[in-house]
Amino acid sequence: MSPLLQVAGIEKRYGARIGCTDVSFDLYPGEVMGIVGESGSGKSTLLNCLAGHLAPDAGRVIFDTRHMGPVDTVTMSEPERRMLSRTDWAFVHQHARDGLRMSVSAGGNIGERLMAVGDRHYGRIRAAALDWLDRVEIDGARIDDRPSAFSGGMQQRLQIARNLVTGPRLVFMDEPTGGLDVSVQARLLDLLRGLVRRMGLSAIIVTHDLAVVRLLADRLMVMKDGRVVESGLTDQVLDDPQHGYTQLLVSSVLQV
Amino acid sequence: MSDYNFAYLDEQTKRMIRRAILKGLAVPGYQVPFASREMPMPYGWGTGGVQVSAATLTPEDRLKVIDQGADDTTNAVSIRKFFERTAGVATTEATQEATVIQTRHRIPEAELTEDQILVYQVPIPEPLRFLEPRKTETRKMHSLQEYGLMHVKLYEDISQHGAISTAYAYPVRVADRYVMDPSPIPKFDNPKMEMAAIQLFGAGREQRIYAVPPYTRVVSLDFEDHPFEATKADHPCDLCGAGDSYLDEVIMDDAGNRMFVCSDTDYCRSRREEAA
Repeated sequence: MSPLLQVAGIEKRYGARIGCTDVSFDLYPGEVMGIVGESGSGKSTLLNCLAGHLAPDAGRVIFDTRHMGPVDTVTMSEPERRMLSRTDWAFVHQHARDGLRMSVSAGGNIGERLMAVGDRHYGRIRAAALDWLDRVEIDGARIDDRPSAFSGGMQQRLQIARNLVTGPRLVFMDEPTGGLDVSVQARLLDLLRGLVRRMGLSAIIVTHDLAVVRLLADRLMVMKDGRVVESGLTDQVLDDPQHGYTQLLVSSVLQV
Repeated sequence: MSDYNFAYLDEQTKRMIRRAILKGLAVPGYQVPFASREMPMPYGWGTGGVQVSAATLTPEDRLKVIDQGADDTTNAVSIRKFFERTAGVATTEATQEATVIQTRHRIPEAELTEDQILVYQVPIPEPLRFLEPRKTETRKMHSLQEYGLMHVKLYEDISQHGAISTAYAYPVRVADRYVMDPSPIPKFDNPKMEMAAIQLFGAGREQRIYAVPPYTRVVSLDFEDHPFEATKADHPCDLCGAGDSYLDEVIMDDAGNRMFVCSDTDYCRSRREEAA
């Protein structure tokens, strides 16, 4: 099996400061990669470089596209990259407000990607929106409500539905459970795990919450000061941390 | 009369505006930036249209100005007077006799010819404005033809009202390329935009000019299962009896009486004169 995403030597600098440097990994279809580390360790910078929101200063991000085979998304033209981010990629923001159109109804939010790729049949778009509301456990009766009338957890689920409606193969998630209370987090994680498994999605999840990666991620990378200090299978890294920083990270989680 | 240059603006400014107009005609539907001047009227009163008209007029032209179809409303009267004073051109109320027609929010009922130029006053030229607030982003969306968002607006209409309720400024796609705001004309007028006359659009405050050349394909956006419909009040004109013209609803008293009359005053008058 060939990797879906090959990342080689990604580096991003902010002037003299390092955002992230020398990050390389392969992601295979159906695999979920977790990236953990403290605030400022370069996780989000890395994710934004991979998703094409930031231009890395060095390195390659090779994505196995449906039609053209493996292509370097860093050097690909902007229209192609934007097309990719509407079809095969999805990006779940930490704050649902960044990923949703707050002035557009839930149905319109879900339908936007379908219309962006050329669907011009209202009935079909509506049916897809209802189907996806159901899949993310939002009552279909709320299809015409605006996201501003939704709770934080519902907004986050709506954002996920909006992203997955075009059947992407790779999902980038930036702290998907940040800012939600624990019971809502648990429900969201349960939902995400189900969707990822059922749709065979590959995902890259950035978080500082070790419980999230424990539940979702197959593999784990630990970042500190812009570098990857340790990587491996999730259980292996969390149960037997080798690097001093990982040991600190694992031991600083409160045991209830 | 000698106090002003012909048609108020100086020659260099008119050249600048003409360059923008030519560029607009070469790229139908594309919003061309131009250095909009202060005009002796407030923004929102047609400063863009007036500048385009000023750059278009020649001493031989015959000008008609309409406001919501009418020749006798404040905006139309004052702009017509403005050009009578500053350009000394002939003016008319008859659509067929005019060579340049400046309009606010209507296309005349009478079919326009290749010898005519229709100048629209545009308040907000960017059709994506209320969907995407960032100008940098809307420009990018135009250049990459990412127009899915326009349909999100129509989707919202249908989901809330059961039909596309956008009744004016109905978005169109010009020459299969740019999505364009046709200015706040009623959607009844949208099908008329594939016409023989040149159509120029001027937005003074927003500093944009765009154009539709003669016989250019102009398609109103819609859904396959909710096709575009050019709607009007289901009523004939109470003055001239026309069943095919766009109507204004006029409230007659506080007892619920109302009448429907043609919004195009010249069309209505000429029909009544013919009948008499």
